[in-house]
Amino acid sequence: MRTIRSRLIAIGILLAIAVWQLIPTNVTQRVRDATTGRMKDTTIRRVPINLGLDLQGGIHLALEVDQSKGPVPDCATAIQLAEKVVRTRIDEFGTTEPVVQIQGRCRLIVELAGEKDPARAKSIIQRTAFLEFRITDMKNLFRDALPEIDKALRRAGVRAPGQRAAAASVTQLFGTDTAKAKGKAQKGKAAAKDTTDLNAPGPLSSLLFQGQLPGEYLVPEEQVPVAESLLARPDVQRLIPRGLELRWGTEVLSRAGRSYRTLYAGEDRPIITGEYLQDAKATRDPLTNQSVVNFTLSRAGGRIFERETGRHVNDYMAIILDGRVQGQPPIIKSQIGQRGQIELGAKPLQDAQDLALVLKAGALPAPLTIIEERTIGPSLGQDSIRDGIHAGIVGIALVVLIMVVYYRVSGLLAVAALVLYVVFTLGGLAGFGFTLTLPGLAGLVLSVGIAVDANVLIFERIREELQHGKLVRTAVDEGFKHAMSAIIDSNVSTLLTAFILWLVGTGPVQGFAITLIIGILASFVTAVFVVRTFYMIWLDRRPDMATLSV
Amino acid sequence: MIRLFANANYDFIRWRRWAYGLTAAIIIPGFALFLVHGLNYSIEFTGGTLIQVQTKEAVGTERIRSALDAAGIRDAEIQQFGGPTEYKIQARIAKEGVAEGSTEATAAAVDSALARGLGSGPEHYTIVRTEAVGPKVGRELQGKAFLAIFFSFIVTLVYLAFRFEWRFGLAAVLATFHDILTTIAFIRYLDLEVSLVVVGAVLTMVGYSLNDTIIIFDRVRENLHKFRRQNLYEILNLSINETLPRSVLTHGTTMATTIALVLLAGEVLRPFALVMTFAIFTGTFSSIYIAAPLLMYIEKRWPGEDARGARVLRPPGSVPLNPPPAAPGGGGGSGVRSKAAV
Repeated sequence: MRTIRSRLIAIGILLAIAVWQLIPTNVTQRVRDATTGRMKDTTIRRVPINLGLDLQGGIHLALEVDQSKGPVPDCATAIQLAEKVVRTRIDEFGTTEPVVQIQGRCRLIVELAGEKDPARAKSIIQRTAFLEFRITDMKNLFRDALPEIDKALRRAGVRAPGQRAAAASVTQLFGTDTAKAKGKAQKGKAAAKDTTDLNAPGPLSSLLFQGQLPGEYLVPEEQVPVAESLLARPDVQRLIPRGLELRWGTEVLSRAGRSYRTLYAGEDRPIITGEYLQDAKATRDPLTNQSVVNFTLSRAGGRIFERETGRHVNDYMAIILDGRVQGQPPIIKSQIGQRGQIELGAKPLQDAQDLALVLKAGALPAPLTIIEERTIGPSLGQDSIRDGIHAGIVGIALVVLIMVVYYRVSGLLAVAALVLYVVFTLGGLAGFGFTLTLPGLAGLVLSVGIAVDANVLIFERIREELQHGKLVRTAVDEGFKHAMSAIIDSNVSTLLTAFILWLVGTGPVQGFAITLIIGILASFVTAVFVVRTFYMIWLDRRPDMATLSV
Repeated sequence: MIRLFANANYDFIRWRRWAYGLTAAIIIPGFALFLVHGLNYSIEFTGGTLIQVQTKEAVGTERIRSALDAAGIRDAEIQQFGGPTEYKIQARIAKEGVAEGSTEATAAAVDSALARGLGSGPEHYTIVRTEAVGPKVGRELQGKAFLAIFFSFIVTLVYLAFRFEWRFGLAAVLATFHDILTTIAFIRYLDLEVSLVVVGAVLTMVGYSLNDTIIIFDRVRENLHKFRRQNLYEILNLSINETLPRSVLTHGTTMATTIALVLLAGEVLRPFALVMTFAIFTGTFSSIYIAAPLLMYIEKRWPGEDARGARVLRPPGSVPLNPPPAAPGGGGGSGVRSKAAV
């Protein structure tokens, strides 16, 4: 009795874990905002099983550095640059979770689930990177214009979200960083106060917090879409001071448990662009142990940069790649010619290496060529899911029919275990975050057919033992015992081939291998352990049973 | 209670020569075709462009061909794919030295040719799937598919050697190799397109067929210990008969799922499902008619030194007390051929 109970508890725990994995959860997705056309984060509830591109629809692209117009000596670095560039453009894709990753040494994989316009996606990826340096809004002209913008927005009927209390405390939080910044924070607060004279928080200014540098603002992550849509309004655009442009940063800062995106007001004219840049290298300064990036400009670029930096000593210079400010703008300490150095202070060397990549990406745009493209329309994906589910239902129904007709009550036990098997397999797929592909769906259906094999082996063995005149209880015990070696051997051999398929295969085929592997493991648990437990309960209830329905 | 093939007592091994003839009749013409024409590889392996189009009306392949011809795209294969409004347009890379990125340009060219020929916009046609594979990726995948099949052989051989005696392992692997040959012949007969998914099906088939052989060999191993007086011929027959109900049931359930996939799971998965369905036949066949007789030949050629191997070639009724002399096939021929009822 105790063993039955502990077995039931074990099954219950496994089932609870599997079901827990399948409960719809809130998943953050980036979707295109219908009104502004920009990307924003939304949360939706869904069953957390990842669908492959072939089921969801989307684009899979494999890219390599184009070597047709002359060899590229270091393709690994070139592809790293390309990855960096494509990442900065991630928001331009109209897709939920873009995948950008380097495969092997010299290949870039971009997967855009749900993207409907392959031509546009390809042009975004293959567009040459554009790097520019711009001076930030040193005179805080944008901040001074905020009251006007707020007024205009209020006139247009836009209300500020009720964030007033939090705002004050956060402003103070930033104020403690440096004395200089403190002064600015105070000023920022004062500016904010001006707007409260009208008894309501400013619709835009209440979203912005003064950062540490002139022209730097922080926007709470969850308010970014609101701020974006407000800034995109034509009436707001008109009020932004002449000669200024707003650019979002790539950095996400977290302060006091909240995360903020940076927004920079800067000059609309670059002091220099990436075409003059020749090289950039990240190193650690041996004297100060600081991370630094050394960069070199062309001779013509050096002349321009010398003139511009001479005018902007002590100003902050935003490094902008494809319209996104990369990292925190460094200060220009003195006039810089052909060679410059960006100090990152105590930041890890990794940050310096990232920045060097950004600079090089702008300097040496590596043209990418598409070596593989797969586009699946969303309708085809839905058709595939529907067909796959139909086939699955019919196939499973046939298996159930065969088992119940042939093995009667024992068949029912096997079918009950099969239900658990399906839950376990899906739970496993969700829990380990594997992707369900179209071949994976086929693997799932197929593995149901194979899953009952273990039960068939056991039941046949029990029948044989019964035929040899053994008692029901002994026959069941012996049946399980003797069938075990065959079950283990056959499962292991299938597992091995599936594992090789997983190692060697790509994309959809890997999905097939994964579902097969999970299916085999789950079927081992259900066919052997679960069905055994069912038998134990059954025999426990009916100890005097003379014939077994098998 | 339904019992299929309970207490069956068929002499399977006796029909082995007929079985060899049958399988040769399948493999040899198939292989000849394979050598002459090769296989119909998908563009994943050859490199090339595939475009699946869904039209509003059933336009017919001819109209699509004339649309492509008008644009100067001549080497494309056009096939109806599933329903009458779905078409697959495919162009493989025929010659060496095609530049990377050109396959993708072909996809765009086909799109514009269709727009001119059928009228543009979703009210005329939609492209539901595009695949453009450059020559480099194609070559890589060929290598990978070959490696996958090769490694699956090595690994299963090692596993069988570890779990069974090497003679069992060798017989099982040869039987599996036979299955690959019949499957290639089958793919050739139906002119199925060999895609990566089909290679996946072949590998799964390897696992499934091996699985089936293992079930029988497992029973052989057990019976060799249990019935010390019988020779291998009888033990093989006994084991196949004893596992027959299981084979029928398991193949029934697996077949139910693969046939459901063939009929319902759509055009993309159909080659995979067909190969899997065939795999069930060939796997079962080879486990009984290839693996088991092969084991007998292997035992005859290299008799085992242990209790199992030593006894197998003895005539029924003799119980060896000592290891037999190592002379190959020493006086055992009659034992192999004698037909004994169990």
